[in-house]
Amino acid sequence: MRLLIASMLLTTLVLPDVRADDTTGAIKVLREVQPGAVDSAVARDAVQQLRAAGSQALLPLLQGFRDASPLTVNWMRNAFEQIADAETKAGRKLPQRELEAFVRDQKQSPFARRLVYETLKRSDAGIENRLIPDMLLDASPEFRRDAVAMLIAEASALPDAAKATPLYRKAFSGAVHEDQVKTIAEALRKNHEEVDIQKHFGFLPQWLIVGPFDNKDGKGFATASGPELDVNASKAPDLQAEYDGQTDKVRWQPIATTDDYGVVDIAKQIENYKGSMMYATTTWASDKEQQVEIRLGTPNSWKLWVNGTLVFEREEYHRSSQLDQYRVPVTLKAGSNTLLFKICQNEQTQDWAQRYQYQIRICNSTGSALLPSTSTARSDVRSGVRQ
Amino acid sequence: MKWIITFLIVTAGTLPPSMAADWRQFRGNAANSVATGETLPTELSGDTIAWKTELPGRGLSGPIVVGGQVFVSASSGYVQDRLHVISIDTATGSQQWEREFIATGRTLTHDKMCNATPTMASDGERVFAFFSSNDLICLDLAGNLQWFRGFGSEFPNASNSLGMSSSPVVIGKTVVVQVESDAESFACGVDVESGVTIWQIDRPRAANWTSPSILPATDQQSALVLLQSSKGLAAVDPVSGTIVWNFDKGASTIPSATVDSGSIVIPSNGLTAIRPSKDNTFEQLWNSSSISPGTSSPLVVDGWAFALNSAGVLSAGDTKTGERLWQLRLRGSFSSTPIAANGYLYLFNEDGNAFVVKPEKDQGIIVSELDLAEKILCSPGAADGALYIRSDEHLFKIAERQ
Repeated sequence: MRLLIASMLLTTLVLPDVRADDTTGAIKVLREVQPGAVDSAVARDAVQQLRAAGSQALLPLLQGFRDASPLTVNWMRNAFEQIADAETKAGRKLPQRELEAFVRDQKQSPFARRLVYETLKRSDAGIENRLIPDMLLDASPEFRRDAVAMLIAEASALPDAAKATPLYRKAFSGAVHEDQVKTIAEALRKNHEEVDIQKHFGFLPQWLIVGPFDNKDGKGFATASGPELDVNASKAPDLQAEYDGQTDKVRWQPIATTDDYGVVDIAKQIENYKGSMMYATTTWASDKEQQVEIRLGTPNSWKLWVNGTLVFEREEYHRSSQLDQYRVPVTLKAGSNTLLFKICQNEQTQDWAQRYQYQIRICNSTGSALLPSTSTARSDVRSGVRQ
Repeated sequence: MKWIITFLIVTAGTLPPSMAADWRQFRGNAANSVATGETLPTELSGDTIAWKTELPGRGLSGPIVVGGQVFVSASSGYVQDRLHVISIDTATGSQQWEREFIATGRTLTHDKMCNATPTMASDGERVFAFFSSNDLICLDLAGNLQWFRGFGSEFPNASNSLGMSSSPVVIGKTVVVQVESDAESFACGVDVESGVTIWQIDRPRAANWTSPSILPATDQQSALVLLQSSKGLAAVDPVSGTIVWNFDKGASTIPSATVDSGSIVIPSNGLTAIRPSKDNTFEQLWNSSSISPGTSSPLVVDGWAFALNSAGVLSAGDTKTGERLWQLRLRGSFSSTPIAANGYLYLFNEDGNAFVVKPEKDQGIIVSELDLAEKILCSPGAADGALYIRSDEHLFKIAERQ
């Protein structure tokens, strides 16, 4: 049972006079929030200040989302929601026209644009048809998804396959999500159209691979072998080298995949060496220095070096393998970039623990493929994995 | 220059509700699945559905109740990277507010799970929403962000490709989270007010979906948080992070230990009961391999130890000896942990069938059933005479018709 008390409170409220420079300062505070919650109190004060400013703070706040980290976006997002809620409860309308223009502005943060879109959509169902059709190649994967879904719906409603094909082609050009790509590809292939899913996603299909090296008892993951012994930023792996493998001498050999989703299947294409590890390398030519995401999926443990620098490592076996299971942001240099991938298989005997495979692609932050400026395969190799 | 406005606010309100009427975390305030002092409806029917409210996205997290608010988390988006925290009025079922955030860690999970799998927690003044992406979000009861910890970005290897499910618990001024996976594992105590880490300890590097339990304070020992893993169970001081004692005989990585009257029942080789001693050790009371939980955590109440396996067989054992007394086959598969209130058990299967079971000396009797017709994987909450349960689509309040 609850204790109910009716009381009179005498309260003095101090309402701040919020000026433009205060708003700017508060947004700056939120943009600079650090991990670890060390500055939460300051951030809370900044949000209060923005809330006191009301709707006049909305657009500057939304503009502050640009290039902000997910952590700081979350603070700004909460400030936006607090202001929007307060304005709505006070019976005031949000600046609809300015906010819709903000959604259309592709220079702004995809997170902020989507937030505004969803806020406006609650009271304006027509906004979807006004905005989404133009967002097929948007910087926001969510807007793209909506635009692709519209086109798929339109195409699938057409009884004439020939008329549907251009719509599916158009939808394909913007699709970045696996389920939509699968739906479109299935429809196009049913219409006898060629679809290159592998290229669409930017998978890396051609590799050189060497192994097996020893990973009994999982000790290989932390142990450098073969090309890992001399990995460095100044030179690519020596493709003429011969290494001491798990049971024999081993050399680089080419391996390629024609799988739609770029799966290089070591167990099927070479052998499921239990308690082993392999190294694979490829190059990717970039026409400029650029930020990219290397996205990979594998049920095996792995390490990835880009141009000799370890960019991520993951010791986990057989917990699943999915497209884009891992996203590794990296900066590629102009010219040839070398990827060295270490993949480890353990000794589990269950049926579900026998996969020895990986899929790697290069894309931008929307998940849209980036393609190399030239062919990637290195062919200066002598012979196979085992002699 | 600031405007200074002084005025009188005349208000009538309530003091913060007493904890007894709340359900503040996974398995309740004591994290033992017992709704102490609650009397819930036993004859379930369509008439006992007080209200049903639509929820966004997906969620396996259970509801928590603080005062007149029931809170649930959800996740949405193609890659489950949108994190939702929703406050709903317990009286009417109407949404009071919804806040949304962006995940900072990995969001992919097994299809059966989703990012919003851990149940929220509260200290009565704030709510703490935790997600598989290891984002820990603190909001006040009005939905104002208090702090945000992105453990997923602070510790990018502490994730599980199948998803994480450990729910936080609050002890005093500390919210305790377990973040354990094959690649990196730790547990930490976070200050409820500031969000700053008070302590952090390494944990066994192995996938673990269990949640912390609470060993209440005694005359000799302050309250301890119990951290379970495949290695066993560690009793940890929630203020300092010091390990006080360690049960090292191994334990399950899915169902979590529970506490009753100072004894701890651990999902270890079936069930194993231990009792902590004054000298920071413990004695084993019994082990029973014939009472073995599946995904659901065991429940100990009124002299019984209950374990529900994934196929819906409820086993009842004697808490003094561990002897299995009876079994009752329910219907369907179960992931949800049952709760107990006023001499009855409340169980929900994955098909959305609710069962009220009256445990007796030599048998369990199904008193009533209710088909909610939606997939239910979460554990229910109970407060103020009502039962709260959620599916992906809806939050239900089940209560006697007024």
